[in-house]
This record gives sequence, structure tokens and C-alpha cells, in this order.
Amino acid sequence: MTKSASAVAASPPRRRSKYTLAPLVLIAANVVLFSLFFVWPAVIGLVYSFTNYTGVGAFQFIGLDNYHNLFGDSTFYDALTRTLLYAVLFVPLNFAVSLLAANLVVSKNAKGSSVARVIFFIPWLLSPIVVGVLWRWMFGENFGLVNYIIEKFGGDAVPWQSNADLSLLVVVMAAAWTWTGFTMLLFIAAIKNVPVSYYEAASLDGAGPWRQFFSITLPSIAPTSFIVILLNTINAMKEYPVFVALNNGGPGTSNNLLVQYIYDTGFKRGQIGYASAASFVLMLILMAVAIVQLIVNRRVENR
Amino acid sequence: MTTTDIPRPVAKGPGRAASKNRPRGANTGGLRQAVSATTLLWIMACLYGFPVLWFVLSSFKPSSDLFSYPLTLVPHNPTLSGFKAAWDSANFSQYFINTALVCVITTILTVGVSCCTGYALAKYDNRWLKAFFLCILATTMLPGEVMLAPEFLVVRNLGLYNSFAGIILPAVLTATGCFMFRQFFLTVPDELVEAARIDGARELSIFLRIMVPLSRPIMLTLAILSFQWRWNDYIWPLLMLNDPNKFTVQIGIQSIVGAQNINWSVLLGASVISMIPLIVIFLVFQRYVMSADINAGLKD
Repeated sequence: MTKSASAVAASPPRRRSKYTLAPLVLIAANVVLFSLFFVWPAVIGLVYSFTNYTGVGAFQFIGLDNYHNLFGDSTFYDALTRTLLYAVLFVPLNFAVSLLAANLVVSKNAKGSSVARVIFFIPWLLSPIVVGVLWRWMFGENFGLVNYIIEKFGGDAVPWQSNADLSLLVVVMAAAWTWTGFTMLLFIAAIKNVPVSYYEAASLDGAGPWRQFFSITLPSIAPTSFIVILLNTINAMKEYPVFVALNNGGPGTSNNLLVQYIYDTGFKRGQIGYASAASFVLMLILMAVAIVQLIVNRRVENR
Repeated sequence: MTTTDIPRPVAKGPGRAASKNRPRGANTGGLRQAVSATTLLWIMACLYGFPVLWFVLSSFKPSSDLFSYPLTLVPHNPTLSGFKAAWDSANFSQYFINTALVCVITTILTVGVSCCTGYALAKYDNRWLKAFFLCILATTMLPGEVMLAPEFLVVRNLGLYNSFAGIILPAVLTATGCFMFRQFFLTVPDELVEAARIDGARELSIFLRIMVPLSRPIMLTLAILSFQWRWNDYIWPLLMLNDPNKFTVQIGIQSIVGAQNINWSVLLGASVISMIPLIVIFLVFQRYVMSADINAGLKD
């Protein structure tokens, strides 16, 4: 009797690994999709980046020429630096406004926070194209509401579209506006996980709301903050549709970011090999970001 | 809503006024905080809501009023002509149907496949599953935008160029979906599976009869997210589709923006129409999105 009982007790761990067919059936569809649309493109992308393939016909291996040319290509450098500048502006702005929104929404003092939460969230539902159209409508140089108001108060029309830096600024604001709702949700979840007793203790000790925010909230949500920064960096590095809809990546080509560069060289000029090389540079940047994320995550979990 | 509703049951008695006054009377610092937090919140909400409000109200203006100064917030002669022109022009109704079709099929497939994968990753344990889990993690590091050219060639070689399948199939596998279901099924006790096994249920019927019904809330959340991703997708459909009859809404809007002289009346109408489905879905299923455990690193 005892013998069989112990056998039963010991069996579950062993039995778990006995089921191989059922899980395989369950993941089969995703395995197929993964190999078709992930492994295959990754492999041929790497191969093509060493060739002069144009999308049709024969191609030759040209070694590292694509990468060599890429680093001498001023258009590529412009796209890369513009993308980095965009990320550097967008990520902190979005971080700050989302954190502010999240704090206000969870604050017990604020009335009507559930309605406000929906208002913050609606921009995230709009497509990047519509966001671009919307901000173009607001910031049009000759017809936009913003310039109308500025002129009404005696200012001069601001060249939101013909000045490259102002144009980038509009996109940064538009993107921060779009992503606030989503980032806010991540922050809300994190803030709600901070034990209430911390705040009670702090207010007994006479700490005001600002002190509580900087000494309790901010350190407690550090892991989420890090994830937010990294997610937004990745999002910023691959931004494209908002720029196209807002100002066609312009004025001229001054606000063409990396994805637009890849799209233009690969599909408009048919240099698939060269575009693949550019893709791999972008991939290396994203991998670096992801590896930082993994390392920091592990450090946080081990703490 | 919840914060304002809470005092109500307390306030039912004769001490209604007193209970309302208590927090105010307790300390004036609290009142000042409440006023400033509420004011700040609503200033911010107005800043965020205003662009959408201005955009939507503008779309009701007749095209002659769009640029006539002084600009007014509320249209003087509201009209639906912009919407009608947008709906009739340039196949927009066709784009709308195409997009809806693509979104619905992709969403159903994504939810189904992610549910299966998430369950397998959570409730079974072997080396291959662990390896596949790492593979799915890897896809988050390589978004589709990075591999535009090679992915295009693959889909073309599969003979899916210029077909809806070419948009749908590459979008079905999402790391987010698999993680969401995995996280959920990890919280379902193993004993439930063991009990069903002892009762003689077969593996797949345990999944279909017990686990799938349990995961309904996650399904809905992922369905909304997936629908949103696909509805707003731009670059991949643009690459894949060549035939104007198969275009999606986003391509249609961008083609109006890309014209030499933008027809703002049509553009505003088309954009507002394209916003409607997602906003309706969101308002109906709000709590599934707002309460979603989206810490898994949400992105498509």
C-alpha cells in the first residue's frame, strides 16, 4: 500500500514530461509561422546583405561592400542621427507626461479620474496615419489652428512644416501624445503595487506629496520605468507612418528616419541587398537595447 | 467612477451633508491638494482631448468653411458631406470592408494560435518547449520593420503577394499574445489538469473543454489588441498590396494625404470614419483593456 502511494506521489514530475505529442500539436501552428516568417527572412536577409541583389534575377556576393558603402553614405548617417535624435526627444517627454498622468489618475484627491483615463487612452487607439493627419491639421502653416491662435495673439506664423527641426518637434509631441495612454497603464499598474503603508508612514513623518513621490513612488516603480524606457526606445527606432502622414518625412528628406530609408532603398530603388545591410544595422541597435533590457531585468529579479 | 461612487451608500442617512463635509473640514491642506490634483488632471485631460475634439468637429464643417477665418470650434452649418464624399470616393467603402475582413480573420487566428501556444508553454515541460519559448522571445527583438525586404521576398516566394493571406499570415504569431496566455495558464492550478487526467480525459480535450473556456477574458483582451494592431497597420499592407481594390483604410487615407493638393474635407471625413470602429470597440470592452496585465512588454 505504502509502496504504491509513494509511486503515485513520485509519478507527477515524471509524467509531465511523458506528454510530448499534445504540446507539439498545440504549438505546431506557431512553429510553422515562426520558421516561415521569422527564421527564413532572417536567414535570407543576412545572406542578401552580402550581395547586390535587386529583388529579381541573378546576384553576386560582394562581401562586406554593402556595409562598407553604408558607413560612407551620408544619407544613411542623416537617417541614423535623425532617428537617434527623435528617440532622445520622444522617450523622456513621453516618460514624463505618462508618469504625471498616471499619478494624477491614481491620486485619491483627483475627481473624475476614470473619465480622464479614457481621454488619455483614446489617442492610442488612433492609427499612426490618422495621428499624422490630425497633427498636420492642427499645425498646418497656413491653415492650422495653432498658427491661427499665435497670429491672433500678435505672433508670426511659425514654420511648423518648412523648418526641419520644428517639424521633428511636432512629430515628437504627436508621438508622446499617442503613447501616453499606453505607458500610463503600465505606470498605473506599477504604482498600485506600491504598498500603501509606505505612504502612510511617510505622511506620519511629515513628508509632503512631492517628497513622497520622489522618495517612495519613483524608486518603487524603477523596474517598470526601465521597461517603459526600453519599449519606447524600440518604438522610436522603428517609427515611420507618423512622419509620412505628418510631413512626408520632410521638409524634403530631412526627417527621413531609418525605416523610411530602408523602405526607400529597398523598394523604391530596388537595392534589396543594400537595404538588408541597413536593416541589419538597425537590428544590431535593437538587439543592443534588448540585451540591456535582459541584463537589467535579471539584476532586478536577483535583487 | 469608482472613487466618486464610494461615498454614496454612506451618504444615504440623515447625515448626508455632514459626511460630505467631513473630508473638507478635516484639514484644509487636503482640500488644497484635492483641488490642485483635480485641476491639473483636467487641464491635462483637456490638452489631450482637445486635438481629437477639434479634428472631429472640423470634419462636420462644409468644405467651404474649413479655412474661413475666424476659425470656430463648433461648425456653423454642420454637414455630413465630408463623410459622404469620403465614403463614395476612391473606393473607400471597399477599403473599409477589406480592412475589417483582414482584421477579423487575423484576430481569430491570433487568439486561437496564441491560446494553444500559451497553454503548451505553461502546462507542459520539455526541452523543445523551452527552446521554442526562447524563439518567441527572440521575435520581440526583431520587429517586422527590421526585416521588411527579406520578409517581402519570402511572402512573394510563397505566392502570397497582393493577397490578403500575405498580410494575415505573417501577423498571426505575436509574442505578446503567447506571453499573455502563458501568464494566465500559469495561474491555473495544475491540479485541475491532473484531476481531469485521472478522470480519463484526453490531453487535447482537457485543453478544449476546460482551459479554453477559462481563458475567455484573456481572449477578449488579446482580440481587442490584435484588432487594433491590424486596423492601424500601414507599412506591411502598403508593401504587400498592389491592387487598389484590395487596399486597406490606412493606405487609402495616406493616398489622400500624399496627393499634390490635399482635399481636407474628404481627408477629415475618411480619417474620422476610420477611427470609429476602434473607439466603439474600446468603449464597449473598456475594462478588458484597462485592467489587462500588460507587463509582458506589449508590442506586436
